[in-house]
Amino acid sequence: MKIIRVNVNGRDMEVAVDERESLADTLRERLRLTSVKKGCEVGECGACTVLVDGRAIDSCIYLAVWAEGRRVLTVEGITGPGGELSPIQQAFVEEAAIQCGFCTPGLIMTAVEIVGTGRRYTRDELRKLIAGHLCRCTGYQNILNAMERVAGVAQRVGGE
Amino acid sequence: MYDIGKIHLARSVRDAIAALSADPGAHVVCGGSDVLIKIREGKLAGCSLVSINGLKELAGVALEEDGTIVIGPATTFADVTRSPIIARHAPALGGAVDQAGGPQLRNVGTIGGNLCNGATSADSAATLLTLNARLTITGPDGRRETALEAFYEGPGRVRLAHGELLTAIRIERRDYEGFGGHYIKYAQRNAMDIATLGCAVHVRLSEDKRAVEQYRLAFGVAAPTPVRCRGVEARVNGRPLTEKTLERIGEWALEEVTPRTSWRASREFRVQLVKTLSRRATERAILNAGGAAI
Ligand SMILES: Cc1cc2nc3c(=O)[nH]c(=O)nc-3n(C[C@H](O)[C@H](O)[C@H](O)COP(=O)(O)OP(=O)(O)OC[C@H]3O[C@@H](n4cnc5c(N)ncnc54)[C@H](O)[C@@H]3O)c2cc1C
Ligand code: FES
Ligand code: FES
Repeated sequence: MKIIRVNVNGRDMEVAVDERESLADTLRERLRLTSVKKGCEVGECGACTVLVDGRAIDSCIYLAVWAEGRRVLTVEGITGPGGELSPIQQAFVEEAAIQCGFCTPGLIMTAVEIVGTGRRYTRDELRKLIAGHLCRCTGYQNILNAMERVAGVAQRVGGE
Repeated sequence: MYDIGKIHLARSVRDAIAALSADPGAHVVCGGSDVLIKIREGKLAGCSLVSINGLKELAGVALEEDGTIVIGPATTFADVTRSPIIARHAPALGGAVDQAGGPQLRNVGTIGGNLCNGATSADSAATLLTLNARLTITGPDGRRETALEAFYEGPGRVRLAHGELLTAIRIERRDYEGFGGHYIKYAQRNAMDIATLGCAVHVRLSEDKRAVEQYRLAFGVAAPTPVRCRGVEARVNGRPLTEKTLERIGEWALEEVTPRTSWRASREFRVQLVKTLSRRATERAILNAGGAAI
């Protein structure tokens, strides 16, 4: 066991972790942040996506000990104090971008990274940016609609 | 839980080399996107690891005074693409590594891990070969330098002795200045798939942009390791830019590659890809070098 110092969802903490465990395991099992899902555990599906120092990573292929001194953000960290949904989550609800919901927390965290850049994106750019997530239910269209609401270009001129 | 026997978190390159030297069975891990997958598959069960993850001295892209681009091996794919130095001087490389895996993978997978892993499908390899990349390798007895081309030994095998680390990837000014480049990755899907075939070209044109001064061609997955096609290059160098030359590049390339059948694609399909992609990559590289469409 090793004690790591890490900021999780805005709180500095010390967590005792096994050096062999993934960050996904630490977040789920030790901190009960169960928005972090495990689908494949080999970096293919994106269900376990969290932000480390503002970048989206698959926490299933990231060792917990590597998070020492870093900031980790999960879906639990983006809701308001009374559980109010963030605008990104609200967009997913309104666009019906959620069916079974297993892929949703990961996609929301990728959306947080994208929105954090402050840039606007075309639908094609957004498609590329969500390519690290598998969704077996929605067919992706509503997910892209939700993403466009929060990070899309308003209207493109000239039909291109 | 990963089946890891023990892990040493190195605090510096020196510390990593000392830890490796003290443990003959230890493996290096950087971003972990190859090593951790192998552990999951049971291939490295119980292994001993020396982690160089997050070592600042190994990350980032810099430009030396003489114009040499120095890429730290622990630089992630995303940071290579984002680097203004790469965008300005070697944009084909930034574009190539932007095609690896998906966004989350590109935030952890490193360019050094990509080379040291030794896979013929490594998305950074073909382009780095056409940039004449040189590697700095540091071990217990000091540093040595090698050409990337000489680094490959066989499928999944590179010339790295135990205790040695890749510590820099270097591209000299004469190898990028005035060149236009392009990398094409052919895969079964647009993301999250490794290359069925990869083709990289860098080309420098004559002053009037009508002839090829220096041509460089490399492939991934066309042989057991990424390969440069020196024979084709010698035939193309100095030639005027004509349809006839373009047409023959693919045919000539086939004399230097040995594509095989795998579950992803047959040998015959890869032969077709060698022909088609080398032509397309060359056309794009010529445009990027300031030439006209042929
Ligand atoms: C879902 C998924 C998709 C992928 N898609 C692609 C793809 O499309 N294209 C592609 O090219 N790759 C792909 N990969 C493979 C992998 O991401 C890359 O090869 C990546 O560059 C490995 O870098 P790393 O730092 O994560 O490697 P690690 O796993 O840390 O290391 C890889 C190898 O290099 C050695 N090593 C690492 N750094 C050094 C060093 N500085 N000195 C000496 N040895 C070192 C390690 O010992 C190990 O043998 C994918 C992997 C996953 C999990
Ligand atoms: S569970 Fe991490 S990518 Fe699938
Ligand atoms: S909503 Fe079910 S996997 Fe995406």
